[in-house]
Amino acid sequence: MSPRPGFVLEVDRSTPPVLFWHGESFSLERLPEGSRVIYAPEPLEALEDPRAKIRDALETPLGDSDPLRALLKPGMKLTICFDDISLPLPPMRSPDVRQLVIEEVLELAAQAGVDDVVLVAALALHRRMTEEELRHALGDRIYDAFAPNGLLTQHDAEDRDALIHLGETDLGEDVEINKRAATSDLLVYVNINLVAMDGGHKSVATGLASYKSLRHHHNPKTMTHSRSFMDAPASELHSANWRMGRLIKESGVKVFQIETTLNTDTFPSNFAFLQKREWEWSLRDRATFAASSSALSRTPSRVARKIFHSIRSPHAMTSVQAGEVEAVHAVTTRNVWEQQGVEVSGQSDVLTMGLPYICPYNVNSIMNPILVACLGLGYFFNLYRNKPLVREGGVLILNHPTPWEFHPAHHPSYIDFFEEVLTETKDPVEMHERFEESFATDPWYIHLYRTGHAYHGVHPFYMWYWCAHALEHLGRVIVVGGDPAAVRRLGFTPASSLQDAFEMAKDVVGFSPSVTHVHVPPILMADVS
Amino acid sequence: MKLSDVTSTVEKIGFPLARPTWPDSVPRSAPRRRTGLNYDHEWSRRYPVRLARAMLLDNVALPLSRVVASTRVEGKEHLRGLNGPVIFAANHTSHLDTPLLLTSIPTEFRHRTVVAAASDYFFDRTWKANLWAFSLAAIPIERTKVNRHSADVAASLLDDGWSLVIFPEGGRSPDGWTQEFRGGAAYLARRTGRPVVPVYIDGTRKILPKRSSSDKLPLGGSGSENRAGPGLRRHDVRIVFGAPMRPVEGEDARKFSARIERSVGLLGEETATDWWRARRNAASGAPAWSKGPDASPWRRSWALDRRGRASDPSSYKEWPPEGS
Repeated sequence: MSPRPGFVLEVDRSTPPVLFWHGESFSLERLPEGSRVIYAPEPLEALEDPRAKIRDALETPLGDSDPLRALLKPGMKLTICFDDISLPLPPMRSPDVRQLVIEEVLELAAQAGVDDVVLVAALALHRRMTEEELRHALGDRIYDAFAPNGLLTQHDAEDRDALIHLGETDLGEDVEINKRAATSDLLVYVNINLVAMDGGHKSVATGLASYKSLRHHHNPKTMTHSRSFMDAPASELHSANWRMGRLIKESGVKVFQIETTLNTDTFPSNFAFLQKREWEWSLRDRATFAASSSALSRTPSRVARKIFHSIRSPHAMTSVQAGEVEAVHAVTTRNVWEQQGVEVSGQSDVLTMGLPYICPYNVNSIMNPILVACLGLGYFFNLYRNKPLVREGGVLILNHPTPWEFHPAHHPSYIDFFEEVLTETKDPVEMHERFEESFATDPWYIHLYRTGHAYHGVHPFYMWYWCAHALEHLGRVIVVGGDPAAVRRLGFTPASSLQDAFEMAKDVVGFSPSVTHVHVPPILMADVS
Repeated sequence: MKLSDVTSTVEKIGFPLARPTWPDSVPRSAPRRRTGLNYDHEWSRRYPVRLARAMLLDNVALPLSRVVASTRVEGKEHLRGLNGPVIFAANHTSHLDTPLLLTSIPTEFRHRTVVAAASDYFFDRTWKANLWAFSLAAIPIERTKVNRHSADVAASLLDDGWSLVIFPEGGRSPDGWTQEFRGGAAYLARRTGRPVVPVYIDGTRKILPKRSSSDKLPLGGSGSENRAGPGLRRHDVRIVFGAPMRPVEGEDARKFSARIERSVGLLGEETATDWWRARRNAASGAPAWSKGPDASPWRRSWALDRRGRASDPSSYKEWPPEGS
């Protein structure tokens, strides 16, 4: 039976309570009659033989590109770059897609007699991956062959000697990327395209870039004009990356792009209820929900976090394509939409969403308040095409504990951002002008980024910029069940229950508001007419 | 605490402890359940299960049924000489009809008999389906509409040598009078060539009547708490087997079904009056006794229960007696 497409439910008296994520727990909440609940499409069929499909893709590339086998020559300089820990979410079961693809690439390179091969984790300004994380992404075979010889590296956006300035775009944007990658005879980039925004020219132009280059599109202006990030033609972020990508190509950097899509099979079978429609919950689902929610309510948050971050997703590959960047990405984007797209008719006054324990920037870490804002307003709010699910001036209700808690090793600059910047201003433009530079160039943050496992000093600013479009669009943001002090610091309104939040929302959108709930994860993208 | 109390408490607590309700706006796809008509009951006819059921019926159900029902079985002679499976078509007024009938059927039929049971009532949950399939060799049938699958299953079992108990009314009578028969028994007889044995069961309604949901509520007033329970009351029961029937030349299922219904009604009239009066009444063209008088519910009930047993329907005209 083919998987069912996404679904928009209209809540009626017979509708059971709906699952809301709440960080490292979840609850069932009753929505007002007439509300809409948007469910993701069911997972597409997995590729039967992913390795064979990868080999096919390498042999029959898309666009203006020769097969990879023909591009590999003895004596050449080959760099293989890959997405970092931020993808996919949650981390997938072994073998990771990156391992499957890179092993096939390396097989061809070995057959062609290529000696000079370096692997680069495309971190941009993200934290460096740990050995365990690299082994999970690449597999022991690759790690043991390359890491001991110093051939498995992680992009360092602050190593001036390892960067190269390729020029400026027509709009004066600096393009500065990883020197090893840019000066190779062939750059193979291996993507996991979890959402439509991933991949394309963004892979190299962002993943391998420096702060000097990133600041041209990771800023309030670009973010405000990306409506949404997931809709390429309407995304200024996309346009900027495409300008840079084309300049990279014109500079003579030969990129062989490999993109993969995953299905929405997000949680293992013992948590299957998390991705099912509530009225279809079996006895086992109900028992698992009751047992796990009851146990989690008695579990210290640190332990609960450890449990959740140990989840390995059963994500399966649904497509793989390789070749010239733009041709590949066009097919990938179609495949992503095929899996995640849901047609929705019209906007609503209130949008609700339960935020889970994980976002791209807290894998094996803490979801601090800034990341809560980024996940809700930056990512989930932007999972749309045409127009947002909530009308301009509407209310966004988030469900998350929003603890005043930070991972000191992963997010050191976040702590100072929370204490020093958000106490002064919530305005992305003002903080961009007043504070960004000092955080971005702070030697201590740079030291921690380069030698530890810290996100770059400027990263919390970027998180806030991701929210810029939503902050401008929304009339109010209410956080249910969050730490009131942390929520207020973000400039949002705390509420103790969903019903209270609906009452508060009436002050902004009037009585009898229309309500839409986005039932994510699994990830979906709303095509709003 | 009774099972019904537990169920009721769970329903009150609601989802997720209880099953989720289904949104009205969501069309229900065909259930992939293994209950209802889809229930696989083949296991219940394997030899070890049959052996266990035979021991249960003969050593537990039979003595227990005789405790609550002083049973008199008549007309067994009609079954002598019958070779192979038959279709027992009986009236239906109580849940006790099935165990009492099964324990009254001669042993040469009893342990190779299946019972046609409503799929929506007896097979809606797995545990119920398992229970009835094991204890009564029940098979699910669709009682609200014609269902080819139900008919095919029953016919194949008859062809395999299994007798069938069927209640052609499609459910228990709400007031004790016989309801119109559906054509299932007649259809199966025509299709398989097996005879139909009409059966009338009298008295089980007095032991365990059908209750509507409102009957389960306390009646109110002094002493009402004593009347609310579903307790069994001991009573006499008569089970009368009629002569086997086969469709005659040119008789379609509908006509044959009507004839079966008349035969069962005639057996019922025998229990209320006597064999001779029943036949005379039938020959006179008077309204079928088994349908009861065309009167208000309480008068129908009164007519049935008069003198502790069913009475002549014409007598309703005599009540209230002239001059009283």
